Formats: sequence, C-alpha cells, structure tokens
Amino acid sequence: MHGRGLTKHYGGVPVVDGVDLELRAGECFGLLGPNGAGKSTLIRLILGLAPRDDGELEVLGRSVPDAIRAIRARCGVVPQQDNLDIDLTAAANLRVYARYFGLGGPAVEARIDRLLAFFQLADRRGAEIEALSGGMKRRLILARALINDPELLVLDEPTTGLDPQARRLVWQQLRRLRREGRTLLLTTHYMSEAARLCDRLAVMDGGRLLALGTPEELLRWYVEPYVVEVPLDGEDFQPLSQAPGCRLRVTGDTAYLYTDDPGPLVDRVRTAGFDPPYWRPANLEDVFLGLTGYELRED
Amino acid sequence: MAPRLALAIPHGRSVAVWMRNLRVWRRYAVPSLIGNFGEPLLYLLGLGYGLGRFVSGMADMPYLAYLASGVLCATAMNTASYEGLYAAYTRMTRQDTYGAMLATPLQVADVVAGEVAWCATKALISGVTLFVVAGALGAIPLAGLPLAALPVVLLMGLTFGAMAVLVTTLAPSYDFFLYYFTAFITPMFLFSGVFYPVDTLPGWLQAAVVALPLFHGVELVRPLFSGELPDPLAVHLAVPAIYLIGAFQLATVCLRRRLLV
Repeated sequence: MHGRGLTKHYGGVPVVDGVDLELRAGECFGLLGPNGAGKSTLIRLILGLAPRDDGELEVLGRSVPDAIRAIRARCGVVPQQDNLDIDLTAAANLRVYARYFGLGGPAVEARIDRLLAFFQLADRRGAEIEALSGGMKRRLILARALINDPELLVLDEPTTGLDPQARRLVWQQLRRLRREGRTLLLTTHYMSEAARLCDRLAVMDGGRLLALGTPEELLRWYVEPYVVEVPLDGEDFQPLSQAPGCRLRVTGDTAYLYTDDPGPLVDRVRTAGFDPPYWRPANLEDVFLGLTGYELRED
Repeated sequence: MAPRLALAIPHGRSVAVWMRNLRVWRRYAVPSLIGNFGEPLLYLLGLGYGLGRFVSGMADMPYLAYLASGVLCATAMNTASYEGLYAAYTRMTRQDTYGAMLATPLQVADVVAGEVAWCATKALISGVTLFVVAGALGAIPLAGLPLAALPVVLLMGLTFGAMAVLVTTLAPSYDFFLYYFTAFITPMFLFSGVFYPVDTLPGWLQAAVVALPLFHGVELVRPLFSGELPDPLAVHLAVPAIYLIGAFQLATVCLRRRLLV
C-alpha cells in the first residue's frame, strides 16, 4: 500500500490531512490515536469506502478507486462495528460472504471448516448470531475477513470490547496470520496490543501522522527510558518542577517525571513530602500521551 | 475528485445480494407464503363477491376477473414496496448488511440491483400465489393468456422495487415511508383502474394516472386475461421501464452518498 497526500474533509474540516503512508508487504502496521484522530477515516480512504478529496493511493499495486473491485478481492476487512448478518447462522454468514467475492463450492466449504476451527468456533457453526458472545462475534468477523484468503487484512479496532482472554486469542491468531505472510493494518487504542503485534506504528492525531517507526524507535525518540509517577492528592506539584534531570507532565491527580535515572529522583520526591512515588520503564502509552496530549478527549 | 456521472451498470455479482435475501427468505418461507395468500384472498372475496353481486361485469369481463387482473398488479406493487422500504431500510441501517457487502468486491450499484431484483422476486412470488387463489375462485379466464401476465408482474416488481429502494436511500427513519404510501402508493392503488375503469375519472386525474406506472401494468394484464394483446404495447411497457431505470440510477447515486462518505 502506498498513499501520498491523502486528504478528507467533512464540512470543511480536515479529518485526514495530507497523510503519507507506505505499508511493506508482510508487515503488521499499527495506527494509534485518540478518538476522532482520523484513524477510521484513513482506513475508509485506503479501502475506497470513502472518496478522498486529495492525494494519490495505490493498494496492492493497483490504483484506488479505479481498480477497487480487484483490490477488494484481495483484501480482508474487520470493521469497528459488528455487522454480521443476524438473519443467518455462523457458517451461513461465511458462505454468503464468500458469494460476495464470487466464491463457492467445496473449496469454500472446506475453508469455512478450517476458519471456524482456527477461531475455535467449530461447535458454533449452526448458531444464530444473536446467541454468540461478543468475543465469538469478533472472532467470526475475523474468520469472515479471511474467507477470500486476503493478502492485506485491514482491522479497525479488532479487539475493542473483548475480555483479556478473548483478546489474547485474537492476538495469537493475528500473529499467526502475519507469519503466513499477510500484510496487516490495524487501528487500536491499546498500546499493549500495538507493542505486541506491530512491526511499525504511526501515532495519529488531528488527521496527521505525528510519528512513525518501530515500537523501539518510538520509545527511543520520544520518551526517556524511565517514568516516576507521583500521586498528587491535590498537593501543589510546583516543588517537583525544580527537580533536575527530568521532564514533568501533570494530568489529573498524577505527576509524571520522565528521566534517564529514576533512583535519585525517587529519593528527592520522597523527601519533598509527597506520597511514595512509583517508577517503571517508559512504554508506548507515554509516547502516545506525550504526542497527543494528556487532556481528556470528548468524542 | 470529480463525481462520476456515468450511468451505473450493475455487475453480474449482484446475484450474490439476491441470493443472500433468498437464503434468508427460505428460512421463514412458510409463514411468509401464508401471509401472501391472505391479502389477495381478502380483496377477491371481500370486493369480488360482495361488490360483484351489484356489478354484473366491467369492460366486458366478469367483475371477479376484472378485479383479479387489477389486484395482480397492485399486489406486485405492494409486495415490492414493502420489501424495498422496510426490509431494505433495516438492512441498510440497523443490520449494516450493506456496509458488510461494500467491504467486498460488491459496489453500490450491485447492492441496489440485487435488492431490486429481490423485490421483484417477492412480487412474483405473491403474484403466483394470487394466481393460485384467483384460479381456485374461478376468477382467471382460461380462454385468455393469463400466464403472460407473470412477466408483467415481474416488471411491476422491478419498477416499484427500484422506486422503494430510492425512497429508502433518502429516508431518515421508518416513519418516512408513511408519506410515500399516503402520497403515492395508496392513490395509485385507488385510481389506476384496479377496481373500475380509469375513464370514469375527471380528465386531470386521468392525466396524472396515465403518467404513473401502475396504470400501465393493469393495462398490460387486463387484455391478456381476455386473450387480447395490450395496446399500445410499447407505451405500456416503456412507462414502467422509464421509472425503473430512473429510480435505479438515482437510488445508486443516493445510496453511494449515504454510505460512502
């Protein structure tokens, strides 16, 4: 996938604002960003599900939207909202979806069996959609997205709303799909998900890509190795701002001190009369908050 | 990017959309078929037997046969309209069936074509049911060419299906459909010659009726019931076809605007 200057306005407001993005074959690429950052719109542009206002776009070597039928035949899509066909059983959902790709016959039946087994849904093949749990529905949507054996899999928040067990199962399957050589593009709110799955990440906000790199690169470029978290309990954080060798960020009732060397800082905070601080290695969440701000987003 | 002004032509793949609806219908086919028998039976019994006692015949036909030929078209109109309005709206909004379809190689024109074809199929199913009911009541003159009316039923189903899908693509909610019925479907049902000849209407109303598709369906079916060819055949075929093509094109544009933003 190869996009240049991708732009989309809604009512004169740019939602995707001149994004350049390149996906390498066989990688898992993560798109991170707060609500309203433009992730889903960017995905819709890439899939040709929304006309773009500007920019050039090629997916799987073909141009969008001219070759959209041919491109879609080689793509799998996991939408943010569950849109399984509630008038059909689990297996019939896959069978009917395969027809949309012009696929049918014994090969598809065998594939349905394999996919249901792969996503641990084999005993639910005759189940009505409404009788499935949230995790099962999500797995069925993943199975549906694979019915055409896609080279590129696009997943918009694949694990939102899942419990930790179901989320781990989905991660495991996504890693396996990547090992099979498929290219994955996913959006997520979960930094742990991004860190575990993605070869490269982009942080998006206000319709632009703010940073792009491997998880290690983003950590190295955008944040110190350690964070000291200080619970504030309504105390004035001004004394902390004097601390040497660190960078202070305050959100709500917590002060974050980013540093290369947490030891002396912890002592200093304790002697200054604050509650005992807690220190940890910096993670992608710190990168994310540093780039997109610490304030609460209203949707 | 410049909007595409070319005419939308559906791909053969739209059959998959039609097949999806057929598969769902088959699951509930029995109650649906029983429902199909009910309404035409009521019209034929209620009006045909009741009113038929006072009306010896109309346009040189037994009144029951006259009525059956009109109700055949009206049933096709109603069935296709309900399917293209309420059922299609549910698939478009609540179930996001179209959203799922559009993430595959299917395009908007394919979805619209599949839906319209399905509306017509349901119209044909109720048309056949009506044939069975009317035949059992002796309302179908065997001397005529009654089976030639079934392609007309299909045409009515396509036309009213396309118009209903167009209304659906513009509808903000289910309530919107009531306006469509009150302003359009019900007057057509009453004034298009289903129950009595159109030439009893005032001239201005006749002119309006002739510009609408149902009248032409009735004008196609009725002569076939008495073994004659409709006249002028080309006009009676062309008016519904124009509505069909126009509504299909508009529905494709409107659905694209509604879903692909």
